[in-house]
Amino acid sequence: MTAARTIHFRLNGVPVTADVKPHDNLVELLQAHFGLYGARESCGQGLCGCCTVIVEGLAVSGCLYLAPLVDGAEVTTIESLDADGRLDPVQEAFIETGAFQCGYCTPGFILMIRQLLEEHPDPDEAQIKHYLSGNLCRCASYPQVIEAVRLAAGKRKA
Amino acid sequence: MPVATQHTSKVGAQVGRSVPRLEGREKVTGRAEYTHTMRLPGMLYAKLFRSTVAHGRITSIDCSAASKLPGVLRVVTIDDVRKVIPDPYYGPAFHDQPILADAKVRFVGEPVAAVLSADPHVAEAAVELISATYEELPAVYDEVQALSSKTYVHEQLKPAGTFADLKHLKGAKDTNVALAYRLRRGDADKAFAAAAHTFEHEFRTQKVLHLSFEPHATIADYRDTGVTLYTASQGPSFVRSEIARLLGWQENKVRVKVPFLGSGYGAKLYIKLEALALALSMIARRPVKVALTFEEMFYQITKHPCTFRIKSGVDRDGKIVARKCQVFWNGGAYADIGPRVTQKSGLTASGPYDIDNVSIDSYALYTNVTPAGALRGFGVPQLTWACESHTDMIARALNMDPVAFRKKNILREGRPHATGTIVTDAAVEKVLDRLVERMRWSQPLDRGAGPLRRGRGLAISMKAVITPTTSVATVNVSADGSVTLHCGTIDMGQGSDTAMAQMVGEVLNVPAESVRVVQRDTDVTPYDMGTLGSRSLFHMGHAVRLAAEEARDKLSALAREVGEPEGTNVPVPTLFVKRYGMRAGNIIGTGVFTPQYTPPAPETGLSDNVTAFWMVSGTGAEVEVDTETGHVKVARLVSVVDVGKPVNPQLVDTQISGAALMQLGFTMFEEMHLDGGQVVNASLSDYKIPGFHDVPDAMEILTVDTVQSNGPFGAKGVGEVATFGVSPAVANAIDDAVGVRLQELPLKPESVLRALRAKAGTPLKDA
Repeated sequence: MTAARTIHFRLNGVPVTADVKPHDNLVELLQAHFGLYGARESCGQGLCGCCTVIVEGLAVSGCLYLAPLVDGAEVTTIESLDADGRLDPVQEAFIETGAFQCGYCTPGFILMIRQLLEEHPDPDEAQIKHYLSGNLCRCASYPQVIEAVRLAAGKRKA
Repeated sequence: MPVATQHTSKVGAQVGRSVPRLEGREKVTGRAEYTHTMRLPGMLYAKLFRSTVAHGRITSIDCSAASKLPGVLRVVTIDDVRKVIPDPYYGPAFHDQPILADAKVRFVGEPVAAVLSADPHVAEAAVELISATYEELPAVYDEVQALSSKTYVHEQLKPAGTFADLKHLKGAKDTNVALAYRLRRGDADKAFAAAAHTFEHEFRTQKVLHLSFEPHATIADYRDTGVTLYTASQGPSFVRSEIARLLGWQENKVRVKVPFLGSGYGAKLYIKLEALALALSMIARRPVKVALTFEEMFYQITKHPCTFRIKSGVDRDGKIVARKCQVFWNGGAYADIGPRVTQKSGLTASGPYDIDNVSIDSYALYTNVTPAGALRGFGVPQLTWACESHTDMIARALNMDPVAFRKKNILREGRPHATGTIVTDAAVEKVLDRLVERMRWSQPLDRGAGPLRRGRGLAISMKAVITPTTSVATVNVSADGSVTLHCGTIDMGQGSDTAMAQMVGEVLNVPAESVRVVQRDTDVTPYDMGTLGSRSLFHMGHAVRLAAEEARDKLSALAREVGEPEGTNVPVPTLFVKRYGMRAGNIIGTGVFTPQYTPPAPETGLSDNVTAFWMVSGTGAEVEVDTETGHVKVARLVSVVDVGKPVNPQLVDTQISGAALMQLGFTMFEEMHLDGGQVVNASLSDYKIPGFHDVPDAMEILTVDTVQSNGPFGAKGVGEVATFGVSPAVANAIDDAVGVRLQELPLKPESVLRALRAKAGTPLKDA
């Protein structure tokens, strides 16, 4: 298949290099080259949110985002959140409210909620639903996710 | 969307407490391991070439171009499989499914060939280069037509031999019936003849599917000395037996490891990709991974579409005196566990009512579509949809309040169920009463104005747990006093690891958080029938309790042995040091549980003990119908469940709200569209599932104060129960709002609008 090219980018704050093929997506890049499995491909259409990765401060669907496009970019994954051994307030809130079941979609929700709370520290229900409309949970833990967002908002202010 | 919850019970220090999930940290940090993202050194990827016709003889498969693509190691067909597995057929009820299509294809999407490559993209590209030709045969898609059709999906039936009630079907020809279940109680015909009123309706449910976000995945690593399977499975013990059978090996040479599951809902039961992965690894002599894409799940397993003809005879006082049920289950091309769905849910087809004369016929049918299996309720959501819609239709026809009509006929404690089993610990009446109270049924409802009309409806249901089944557990106390639990129950999101650890903690008086639950590995975790049908908390819960009690008794014996007085508070590590002279040794407790059971009599289906426990739930819905568009908004959804004593109230709530919302998707919009056997909406963009905007403004979860007297710590299973009544509650509410009755799922705006226009005498033209 097509030849690989070398890209350079910052991954969770560290400069890295990888050889990628033009068709590789961001999820494959993170899994195959860096052993990061928190972003997972599920629907493959950018609709479920399981593959959420932060590129240049913005949540993107890793299954649709071509790996060569992160050349020179700042990439952040779920694995960076507890780099110091401490959980992010959103992660703590998820555990306390039981806002997940199988856990497959959970990293995507958490990254998106962090973006929500950055932009709206005290979101109302409409804002929560709007920001999270691109994250689906087949176990349907939606009511508990709402609780988790509210709890996390409080924790971040504390 | 506030979630209102209410619990009335609290017991013990560990059981009854909302312990946060033991695996929470792994899941929120993205580090929980799933089969779909696993990789082994030297592993190959398999991609599948699938049938494009629904029923046909394979006349040729051309793999030459695919084989020549650089990077392709091998293209495999059934001829290659047969060289390593001479009889390559598998399945839980029938050995009817070939590892790859064998001379014939029976549904669109059936795997015909597999490409192996170290690069999944190469394997995918090679699949595109394969071509096959078929001599097309007539196909049968509809479950009712399949009963009388001269088109047969299978040349002859091959029951697996594990189920006694299927043995007589061995070698049967010229039939699509994989199981005919019957129940006869009293004399239904005579009672109908004497009844003041007779009502007969037909209901249908559509084809939907589980869509676990972790699609099916298996890695097989075959060596001549043994095979290891890493698989997203809800039943590793069954996988082990079936793989051993295919290999002609002892089970101890087959190791099945299951990490966390990215959910299951019944999709990952029995055997799915494991036999194919095994064959491919035997051929390649390297580890091989078969991992489905999201689209491919539409060709793996679905829920059963169902046609249900239900007829009731009612006397002058509104008492149901006779009920006749005919249920046709669309099982697809391979039986999977369909015969069990047919039988085990068949026995509850007449609903949670006290009826003296009942006749039930329930048929599992082969058709030329994707196979169907268990999906969160083993058929009971389909049955309840029909039964509880029918109940409301009768009440309306008799001009009776739907609640009053139910109260008159409800199955009460101590009365015989249709099977003849005396009902105990099934709080049908309590659930109904609590639901009615919560819905403020006696108060008038604001019915809306203009084009928006409001209505409310409810439904109740009960299910028998699959019985008899067995669970085994071991509890290992190390010399430092720490406790490890080995049990085969798969935590696929329901929180079973946490609940089981709570039961161990309760018996051994240690915090649940300190109990280690070993990841499923058949080399070390003992037998379990499977994580299915809400059976685990009850069956495995008992096994875990018994194992912990044996460990506790052995610790007491150890204390006596080292000369400590009865009831000593000497720490456990000290007991070990006193006994072994250093920190050494183990205490191991084992627990085995199989409930009592009386098999139903073959001719009548009657049994005095048909189930280990009953699941009971009620659902209430308030809807707002837009009479101009047919759009239905579910504004309020109330679930009331008899869960016995909740082991972990927070996990119970999550199971109830999750089940209700999943069934709301199956009720309102989810539907696989088939055209000539071809699924035409096999993707998340074309098959909608519930998201945030589909959650009702008010979701209310209630449990009633009950004790499951034969359950571990008074508890029982809760995974499925909140699905049962959602569909009929919404349909009953729509009827209440606008006076139209829908008898086919989903309750989509088009159906509502068509019914409204038909009622107004201005029917819409057919599309």
